[in-house]
Amino acid sequence: MIAATEFEVKVLNFYYSGNVHALKNITLPVYEHNITALIGPSGCGKTTLLRCFNRMHDLYPGNRYEGEILFKKENIFSEEIDVIDLRSRIGMVFQKPTPFPMSIFDNIAYGLRLKENKKISDLSEKVERALPEVLLFDEPTSALDPISTAKIEDLIVNLKKDVTIIIVTHNMQQAARISDWTGFMMLGDLIEFDQTDKIFTHPSQKLTEDYITGRFG
Amino acid sequence: MTIENRRKIEGFIAMTLSTLAALLGLFWLIFILGDVLIHGIKALNFSLFTNDPVPAGVAGGGLRNAFVGQIMITLCATLIGVPIGVLGGTFLAEYARGRKIARIISILSDIMVSVPSIVIGTFIYAMLVKPLGHFSGWAGAIALAIIMIPVVLRTTENMLTLVPWTLREAAFALGAPYYKVISQIVYRGASAGIFTGILLSIARVAGETAPLLFTPRLR
Repeated sequence: MIAATEFEVKVLNFYYSGNVHALKNITLPVYEHNITALIGPSGCGKTTLLRCFNRMHDLYPGNRYEGEILFKKENIFSEEIDVIDLRSRIGMVFQKPTPFPMSIFDNIAYGLRLKENKKISDLSEKVERALPEVLLFDEPTSALDPISTAKIEDLIVNLKKDVTIIIVTHNMQQAARISDWTGFMMLGDLIEFDQTDKIFTHPSQKLTEDYITGRFG
Repeated sequence: MTIENRRKIEGFIAMTLSTLAALLGLFWLIFILGDVLIHGIKALNFSLFTNDPVPAGVAGGGLRNAFVGQIMITLCATLIGVPIGVLGGTFLAEYARGRKIARIISILSDIMVSVPSIVIGTFIYAMLVKPLGHFSGWAGAIALAIIMIPVVLRTTENMLTLVPWTLREAAFALGAPYYKVISQIVYRGASAGIFTGILLSIARVAGETAPLLFTPRLR
């Protein structure tokens, strides 16, 4: 089942301020309503790549993108893209929860209120409009115990029917359990990208095999 | 003498010395407060707040005009100084973060904090009182506001800098525009610190006398 592509990353290079070359010629497709996992050793650039999808790197001066990420056929780095709108369509879940200094209710309602549309009176329709089309997960379970992790994984798999998901994880078993596609990264290079089954059973690259069998990393 | 005993004696000496030092400091405070209270309590009555002063040598009278003037001038100074200070601090910490202009303004405002207040008084005298040809309460309020601005600006900047970036990132990731991230998230995170800065600056200008020598009409 090859779905339509949500994103197409084309020869993406990314430099942190000070000319640190963090992503090197990354090219990969992200399929709609699929879960794409990014794995690799620490410092390989998987979080950096994830943060390119909602242009989080824009917040810090000196960061530079080269190449393209097409989102619904539009390059997200082009001048015409409204970053604020892009970020509300591409949600992000961080490694650590960061509650805003306000009540739990207001925290939950915050995203909804940002996209508040006064013309719509129906609550469920309001929520529908405010929901993102893509979710980026940055090691969502790295600080959780196995039971909570299982709950989050169930949730992610359930969300797949509504949204496209990209997840960065340190946990290879997690990638194997929940993802449809897996990209293996190392030192800023995307070494291999394929269907998860293939990556974990017959990787075509020696490096991938070494990593998933635990020979390094 | 065992080591344990020696340690106990050393501890006792240190405790006695520090307690004495604390008592010595407190003694003067209590002495002054007590003396003021003993001699002043009989003058503290309702008419002090309701009557204007009378000429020297005449019995009675109060300090009504001083109280009212103090409140009015401090309030006006706060209304002028706080918005400018808070917004300036926001500019430095958020919009101009890491830029050269932010560093320059920070240094200049640090210098302004330590400018003697009488200099600001004479400055306002030259800029406002002289050209307009008369003393006014507004000139006094503006002089005090100028003293407030750098204090509020620097505390606001510092407090906003302390708000962790993960908090801003979380708001940005939801698709919040920058002004909403600042006004709805960052200000809330830093509110306690910003209010402390505002209160400190009010306390500072409320006790100022020098800039007012040149500005409001003294009666």
